[in-house]
Amino acid sequence: MLHSYAFIAIFAIIAFGFAVAGPAFAWLVRPKKPNAIKNDTYECGIKTFGETWVQFKAQYYLFALIFVVFDVEAAFLFPWAVAYGQLGLYALIEAALFILILVGGLLYAWLKGALEWQ
Amino acid sequence: MLLRLIFVVVSAFTLGFALLMVTARSLFHSALAMAASFLGVAALYILLEAEFLAGVQILIYVGAIAILIIFAIMLSRGTMRTAEPVVNKQWPFVAVVALSLFGLLAFLVSQVAWPARSAEPMGDPIAALGKAFVGPYVVPFEVASVLLVVAMIGAIIIAREKE
Repeated sequence: MLHSYAFIAIFAIIAFGFAVAGPAFAWLVRPKKPNAIKNDTYECGIKTFGETWVQFKAQYYLFALIFVVFDVEAAFLFPWAVAYGQLGLYALIEAALFILILVGGLLYAWLKGALEWQ
Repeated sequence: MLLRLIFVVVSAFTLGFALLMVTARSLFHSALAMAASFLGVAALYILLEAEFLAGVQILIYVGAIAILIIFAIMLSRGTMRTAEPVVNKQWPFVAVVALSLFGLLAFLVSQVAWPARSAEPMGDPIAALGKAFVGPYVVPFEVASVLLVVAMIGAIIIAREKE
């Protein structure tokens, strides 16, 4: 089983190496003669103003929280989906009940206006 | 031998990013290092042949919890800019507590016999888990759904309270 994950490890190493090798090679071979104009962020155009770090809208957090809940739900349903072919109608009803309870939560969020963008 | 080498590399990756997380001066960099550390933990689960746990680790911890924490940091003004010093006056006391906890855990780990099972692993553990969810463990399975709804409703109520 571990052998099939070796491909992921090799892929990760190559992907990381690919990202690092290009800039590293460029850094090695390029001439280094910096001056003030070269070090400017933009050669032309309007200079940037304000902070780079801006505050996000607080509502994103609520969406992220609801996303976590449905992410956990998906994690619970994966094993059920894998075993689906070997299970009967009873299992289908149980999973439907599982989803229905969560749909209740989603309906609550909807009716409370938590999904509305302000 | 190769497996041991991989274990050492993966553990070094996980612990290195965990260390980076607690020492980074910017809270945002801490969160990114934490996500990388979670990935290392997922790789450790794969080394233990716990595929499902590794998938859940990536899906929930790397995919959702890390996003949630990064959102929480980016939502709060101030924490993004100021680089707080990572130690304060209480660090010697905390070091003593942390070292004694480490000593206790290391002692316990060295004392337990860790029995090894020679039984063959199940054919398809994920399908077996799915069957167990709707078979003997159906009540905890449904209660988990109720728990998730409770968490969601609680989050909505707390988040909307101020308005």
